[in-house]
Amino acid sequence: MNDSVHQQIVISGVGGQGVLFVTRLMAEAAIRKGLPVLTSETHGMAQRGGTVISHLKVGDFASPLIRSGHADLLMAMKAEGAAQHGHYLHEDGWAVVNGGAGDAAAKDWHRLDADRRAHAIGNPRAVNLVVLGGALAAQGPTPLFCTVEDIRAVLADRLAAKSAMLEMSYKALEAGLHITDS
Amino acid sequence: MRRLMLGNEAIARGLLENGCAMATSYPGTPASEILASVAAMRTAEDVDMHVQWAVNEKVALEIAYAGAMTGLRTAVSMKQVGLNVASDPLMSAAYMGTKGGFVVISADDPGPHSSQTEQDSRMMAMMAKIPVLDPDSPQQAKEMIGLAFALSEAFEIPVMVRPTTRVCHARQDVAVAPLADDPRQPEFERDPARWAATPKFRYHLHGELEGKLDAIAAYAATAPVQLNAGVSGDRAVVVSGVAAAHTVEIMRELGLWDRLPLYQVRQPYPLHTDFVTRLEKAHDAVLVIEETTGMIEMQLGDRKRVTGKQTGAVPRVGELTPETIERILCDFSGQSCSVKTPPAVAGRRPTLCAGCPHRASFFAIKKAAPRAIYTSDIGCYTLGMNLGAVDTVLCMGAAISQAAGFYHAFKGQEKPRDVVATIGDSTFFHAGLPALVDAVSQGVRFVLVILDNRTTAMTGNQPTPASGRGACGEPLQNVDIEKLVAGCGVGFIREADPYQTDACIQVLKEALAYSRENGPAVVISRAPCLLDKQAARSKSMGAPPVVTDDCDGCGYCVQHFECPAIVMAEDESHVTIDPVLCSGCGVCLYVCPKQSIQPAE
Repeated sequence: MNDSVHQQIVISGVGGQGVLFVTRLMAEAAIRKGLPVLTSETHGMAQRGGTVISHLKVGDFASPLIRSGHADLLMAMKAEGAAQHGHYLHEDGWAVVNGGAGDAAAKDWHRLDADRRAHAIGNPRAVNLVVLGGALAAQGPTPLFCTVEDIRAVLADRLAAKSAMLEMSYKALEAGLHITDS
Repeated sequence: MRRLMLGNEAIARGLLENGCAMATSYPGTPASEILASVAAMRTAEDVDMHVQWAVNEKVALEIAYAGAMTGLRTAVSMKQVGLNVASDPLMSAAYMGTKGGFVVISADDPGPHSSQTEQDSRMMAMMAKIPVLDPDSPQQAKEMIGLAFALSEAFEIPVMVRPTTRVCHARQDVAVAPLADDPRQPEFERDPARWAATPKFRYHLHGELEGKLDAIAAYAATAPVQLNAGVSGDRAVVVSGVAAAHTVEIMRELGLWDRLPLYQVRQPYPLHTDFVTRLEKAHDAVLVIEETTGMIEMQLGDRKRVTGKQTGAVPRVGELTPETIERILCDFSGQSCSVKTPPAVAGRRPTLCAGCPHRASFFAIKKAAPRAIYTSDIGCYTLGMNLGAVDTVLCMGAAISQAAGFYHAFKGQEKPRDVVATIGDSTFFHAGLPALVDAVSQGVRFVLVILDNRTTAMTGNQPTPASGRGACGEPLQNVDIEKLVAGCGVGFIREADPYQTDACIQVLKEALAYSRENGPAVVISRAPCLLDKQAARSKSMGAPPVVTDDCDGCGYCVQHFECPAIVMAEDESHVTIDPVLCSGCGVCLYVCPKQSIQPAE
């Protein structure tokens, strides 16, 4: 399977939402599966509430950036990200978007109200993990390179010393797994 | 073993694997994580080395350079505009050379994403007459640290490594090696003709330097490589830095990999002499793709063969995105292709955090001195421009000297302008102090507000000299800002709590009144950054306030306070407060002109 994995994923949101954290979880999941990985991240001034975007490329790539029209998946932590960053998707690309109105033209766009779900589990800042859960559950045209179990394993590693945070993170991931509110 | 690493972490790992004994820096995007990673690795692996945030890049470079004079391997890291500050010692260090390996890491920011300029540090290497290496990825950045130390010691010359944002802030699975285990002992041999050279000796040193550069232009370990070995043709492509990574991927995809010879230049200056000759012999046309200035291009003698920035084929402004490179490659190879142009969409602009003490300070400044000229500086508080409280931003420390310039320009007028300068605590230490000394000596009538949030916030909460702790968390001497300001001879120094809006405005008004008659007045507006987890807080914030039914959506708070937690309803009939974002600072209670924001029950 490893040689055939070739996935380009765009993750967008605004500074402070944890886009970097999700990017890193997925990149670590790739490494655990023995897959080469490259990411490009937004650091600096934009992290103060501005638009941030991560590029994640799993498989045999050289460049850290995804070209317009080449992404397999867009994960948008803000509804506005769908309009801003939808252009990265290729014709068969799919998207998981937090909130916003459905788009009839986009057949493989999954909308979920991650804000509400994160609030419901008492952790309004966990929108990022809810969206990730949504992406893991939604199953687009091609299966994602990693599974919920892979992400749980990375979380367990990263938060080994923080059991309360780990439980909270599992819960947030779980909250995104049922992709049926739009 | 492969480990997921940010480019800047990979650089840090490279320093430790190659026996770096001293690392210094001043924070700046995209370089900040280099020293932070060195500090983390030093602590985790219990390495014996000196790691420090210096007060500015010039001081950082001088400390690390002296370390290298003793035969130790040392490194200094900074962002590209930081290199401007450090350029004075760099130019001289190039002449005098080094004993132990000395690596200057200057991170460029084509785009620019988080910088004042798109300047090319490689040009600074050329001006200083030192070699520069240009990595294409985190993995290569780590390898180039080893190359740079070896090159530096082989020729006793400082060596620059120039990563760009897309290398610094890329993450990759990187091969790691064990840390170096050959501790060196420092030695210093007195040699005034070299280490304290007078102009006559400098002439000789300059001659030696030119000799070194000639030899380095033939140094095998850093020579250009053909990435698609064996491919030949009349037309060839030359790449450097992250543009190499983009080009490799795109040429493979377009089917150009077996048609166009592709050379990667790893040492853009001095360009290898044999390589220049080889290009002239083997190819009729050469496309050069590099960021940000065409400096490989300008070292290729035969201009008629070269396609690049000088011919207009490669843009001179902005980042070379993979889309742009795809278009350039299509044009050069005569291949028709449809490159998708990303739409120009305006994203969200960055803003000060909800509850940020700077926002409260700016609101008070606008109330106290509504008609002043607001000079400001580099840091989070640059975002005060969203609030209309920042009129100028030039470079580190310029808030104070520009305030002086405005004062001198208007002082002969019938109604001189008030000038209020804002500067952060870290920036004040970095380059504000000499300007304040100057302003005192010249009797400049202005108010300086030092926005003291007890940290270097924008770049990730690095300590300042006032923090009393070092890069690895070790306790250090605390440098007192009040005493510094008093020592400069300022006659009016007051501390203010930006969250106490009334009192803060009052202090600012007194400062203004003092300054109009006497000279510089300094207000230290002090409250810790909300993002700084290490900050000592005197009090906890309250609960988010509530918006009463009286709110008519006038928008005053949104326009003049611009707090991200205050959200205007879609029909603009009222505002609401986002309880997730709100920090409970309570300043908006004061801001609302209609008292429609009230404390929570």
